[in-house]
Amino acid sequence: MTQSAAPDIAAGRLRPDEIAANFEDIKPPLDGKRALIESSRCYFCHDAPCIEACPTSIDIPNFIRMINTGNTLGAAEKILEANILGGMCARVCPTEILCEDKCVRNTSEDKPVNIGMLQRYAVDHLMEQGRHPFTRAAPTNMRVAVVGGGPAGLSCAHRLATLGHNVTIFDARNKLGGLNEYGIATYKTVNNFAQAEVDFVLAIGGISMKTGQMLGRDITLDELRRDFDAVFLGLGLSGVNALGLDGEEQLSGVVDAVSYIADLRQATDKGSLKVGRKVVVIGGGNTAIDIAVQSRKLGAEDVTLVYRRAPENMSATWHEQEFAQINGVKIKHWARPVRLIGQNGAVREVEFERTLLDDRGRLVGTGETFSILCDQVFKAIGQRFVNDPVNGKARESIDLIDGKIAVNEEMKTSLANVWAGGDCVASGTDLTVQGVEDGKVAAHAIDRYLRGAN
Amino acid sequence: MADLRSSFLGIKSPNPFWLASAPPTDKEYNVVRAFKAGWGGVVWKTLGEDPPIVNVSSRYGALHSADQRMIGFNNIELITDRPLDVNLREIKQVKRDWPDRAVVVSLMVPCTEQAWKAILPRVEETGADAVELNFGCPHGMSERGMGSAVGQVPEYVGMVAKWCKQHTRMPVIVKLTPNITDVRKPARAAKEGGADAVSLINTINSITSIDLDIMAPTPTVDGKGTHGGYCGPAVKPIAMHMVADIARDPETYGLPISAIGGIANWRDAAEFISLSAGTVQVCTAAMHYGFKIVDDMISGLKNWMDSKGYATIEDFRGKAVPNVTDWQYLNINYKSIARIDQDKCIKCGLCHIACEDTSHQAIAKMKDNGTRRYQVIDGECVGCNLCAHVCPVPECISMVSVDTGRSYLNWTQDPRNPMRKAAE
Repeated sequence: MTQSAAPDIAAGRLRPDEIAANFEDIKPPLDGKRALIESSRCYFCHDAPCIEACPTSIDIPNFIRMINTGNTLGAAEKILEANILGGMCARVCPTEILCEDKCVRNTSEDKPVNIGMLQRYAVDHLMEQGRHPFTRAAPTNMRVAVVGGGPAGLSCAHRLATLGHNVTIFDARNKLGGLNEYGIATYKTVNNFAQAEVDFVLAIGGISMKTGQMLGRDITLDELRRDFDAVFLGLGLSGVNALGLDGEEQLSGVVDAVSYIADLRQATDKGSLKVGRKVVVIGGGNTAIDIAVQSRKLGAEDVTLVYRRAPENMSATWHEQEFAQINGVKIKHWARPVRLIGQNGAVREVEFERTLLDDRGRLVGTGETFSILCDQVFKAIGQRFVNDPVNGKARESIDLIDGKIAVNEEMKTSLANVWAGGDCVASGTDLTVQGVEDGKVAAHAIDRYLRGAN
Repeated sequence: MADLRSSFLGIKSPNPFWLASAPPTDKEYNVVRAFKAGWGGVVWKTLGEDPPIVNVSSRYGALHSADQRMIGFNNIELITDRPLDVNLREIKQVKRDWPDRAVVVSLMVPCTEQAWKAILPRVEETGADAVELNFGCPHGMSERGMGSAVGQVPEYVGMVAKWCKQHTRMPVIVKLTPNITDVRKPARAAKEGGADAVSLINTINSITSIDLDIMAPTPTVDGKGTHGGYCGPAVKPIAMHMVADIARDPETYGLPISAIGGIANWRDAAEFISLSAGTVQVCTAAMHYGFKIVDDMISGLKNWMDSKGYATIEDFRGKAVPNVTDWQYLNINYKSIARIDQDKCIKCGLCHIACEDTSHQAIAKMKDNGTRRYQVIDGECVGCNLCAHVCPVPECISMVSVDTGRSYLNWTQDPRNPMRKAAE
């Protein structure tokens, strides 16, 4: 079974024009005519189910009606007042399990109104005009530290600034945006949209940023709590889960998908990234889908994604799975990696064991194995919250639940003047739109706290 | 198979679908295309005295539905802008080439006997089947004392009809303007003047939109606009009312009617025929979609007639007229209430919010195990129909009659009517 030749991992598998075409916008925006036709399909439901399905409760029928009457700016304002990152959410939200899944049009014709695309149409229209639709309330002279410039942090900072507070965003990276900048697949957010959106958010004023500042290294929570009136933690998940197999750290060609995607997002020449001819991806979430599809788009010949449970157990939606398959990714379910087989220090093969659920619903191996030859293995089996920078040396440590920060319904942590939101809290979903909502909710709670306390 | 052949004032046509006097019937080229497509007849675009009129640019305005379909249309075009002899020559040629089709000629000349006396023999010479007197055009020509300027004065209508009957043996159809308070008055005048039939409605005075950038009505001619004649699906209800009024007026009862106004398909046609129209005239729908729409009109009307057992047009013509009445004769004891078919309901909530915000608070919003449910509160429902009209799902909300146990009672008989004439 074992290959004898050296592993085939190379940059520049495709011509530059092919790479460029592969990384174009996967869903080109609606033009005015299409937006008019699609917006006319909305029934303007009362207490619309789509609104309930949106974590940020955007008044969807209202903004769609505004598009239809030619009031596109009004539509954008309606979206952004509920979700300041409405532009990114329009691009990356799994609408097929959120608003569009609940559209009443599904009942009679299986074809929901294309809410995501309409939202993008409206917000893009406003952003292209270089407008910022909100103004700040009277200054409060209160100072809030926001740690992490991802969706939750940006949302929280913007709402706080709107309410009149001064905000400083700290981020370990060089750019704000978090996963919007470093994690989302390239073809979902083309033309440097993530940074354009960061600029748009900061245009409210009253927000300063300190990049390259990592919690636990350059700053501490104790200092922030001392120097600011309140702190919001939007830290995300900085740890990557390991397979726990021998050779995982030693063999070349075994790669962490999250950091590879970050490199890909930052690369001006996508073709400069090295990708295997035969690629195996292990995992079942959006990161797994994204790395599998992007490997194909970089020119990988065979890409096999292996997940240990059923299709419906994958956190990537059916729509994402279908998207991967359309892009030539083979998805195998019910198998888990048990051995990395290397040669001359490089991975050449992954051995999998077939799995099933036992009588008590637990996942067990069947003992039957198969292996897949490969040049490169991407690990995409989830990320975890890294506690140490927060609690490592703190005078007062923050309560955790299931390894993540515990918060109440106002996103308040166990510490007196600290709130948290986004992926680092124990609320569940890992959606951009949930981070935005967390940040917004926390901002209002912080606002109440600051006004009550003074 | 239903027989669609029509005989209106003795004018035979293979079906009752005529094209109205308008741009589609302006010249031989268009009319021949229409006949090839299957239209039963045409009313040739209005002829006038030479020299021909001059038109402006642009000429049309439109009202669109949310899905960008034209539901209302208006125009400021005048009568034909071609020389009279060219039109007459083409009419003669067309009638010779298409003897089985109806060719009616619309006319508009100044309101003098001499003018009408002069033009009628020339039309008669073409072999045309009839003339239609254009007393309806509401823009441009009316400023010159023609069109609706005549149609709005019943005495003039009667007078010109009389002249025409004196000076031609052709049947005379009087086309009525809707820009009048009571359409029965000019219809009666037409009948008294000897007209063989009326056709209605002509277009309605209208401004379809204001261009907010240039602050001027559309269609805009070099920065200015004027009112035009409104037509298309949006005017059908107005036309139906006027046709029904003439059909049930004792003074004009039985006067043949060629119906016009927003007719776009077989169903519209059947509705007008049920109000006693002998033929129907179409313009806007053809201008919107081309002549091919007559295919559906022919096959749809035939299939519907077959399903109802009507062998000819006459079998159902006028059948709805006896059921058009005055409000005071409606049964005040009749009650219907809304019923929502829960299997068809898509839970949009439009019925609820319409009733809750603007009507009778008779549709409850509920949740069954987390699923939305909308339920009519029978005791509060007055049977207004609003919910059924706002519902986007066909046949989801229906109105069902309720047995009140009370017999027919109209307002003239109702004890609650302070003006009631006490029974002797």
